[in-house]
Amino acid sequence: MTLFGSIGTISLYGILFALLITAILTVTVRNLFHSAIFLAFTLLGVSIVYFFLRAEFIAGVQILLYAGAIMTLVIFAIMLTSRISDPSVSQSNHQRFPVLILIVLLGSFLILAIAKTPWQISTSLKTTNAIELGKALMGEFVFPFELVSIVLLIALVGAVVVARSDR
Amino acid sequence: MIPLTHMLFFTTALFLIGLYGALTRRNAVGILMSIEIMLNAVNINLIAFSRSLDISAEVAQIFVIFVIVLAAATAAVGLAIVLSIYRNQKTIYTDEIDLLKW
Repeated sequence: MTLFGSIGTISLYGILFALLITAILTVTVRNLFHSAIFLAFTLLGVSIVYFFLRAEFIAGVQILLYAGAIMTLVIFAIMLTSRISDPSVSQSNHQRFPVLILIVLLGSFLILAIAKTPWQISTSLKTTNAIELGKALMGEFVFPFELVSIVLLIALVGAVVVARSDR
Repeated sequence: MIPLTHMLFFTTALFLIGLYGALTRRNAVGILMSIEIMLNAVNINLIAFSRSLDISAEVAQIFVIFVIVLAAATAAVGLAIVLSIYRNQKTIYTDEIDLLKW
């Protein structure tokens, strides 16, 4: 029941490796515009991974919302807050070395914990589609759904009020 | 498709890359972009678990939808705050915004 067999496995490993490369480039390049472009590539790569994991609706939502709307917001903010002499300034503060030590410690702890846990992989791999998601949103999860709508309304009003000019 | 542990190693690495960016970037928009990377790593983790373990697939995917929606709200309000700071202080570098320091 796998998708294209071994070609799919090899390409999935390739996509995961490319995603790690673009994410590292996002957090380390000096020019903020380039960093935003690499973030857009990372978000599209995450959507490809969702397609491999048979979550097609989430992949579509990811492309629409993340690579569409959130990247538009980020590019707007970068364009409106950039200084002309920016790209030559160093982009990282002086905490690089302690953070690297913390990352290595945390990473080794998490990877050890993941490798030692006895995961019980179920034999029937589950998938779902948009119809079932819609029924669940209106049925079992209607209360968090309405709460998230209220949170969105508050975020919308709050963002407009905060970004309003003082005149 | 690939073993669950390999997927979890990948999401751990992605999360730690986002964490490195959030702790190291001077630019406020750069910090927000690293937080988006962290949230995406968590989303892939949820979908990978829902595919391999014995929980229903709708729970994880609806969780992911809520995380994506809340990340969008976070980005909107955070970028509005960055714009407002830029308008007042003419800078968005986090080490140059120190009016409240003693």
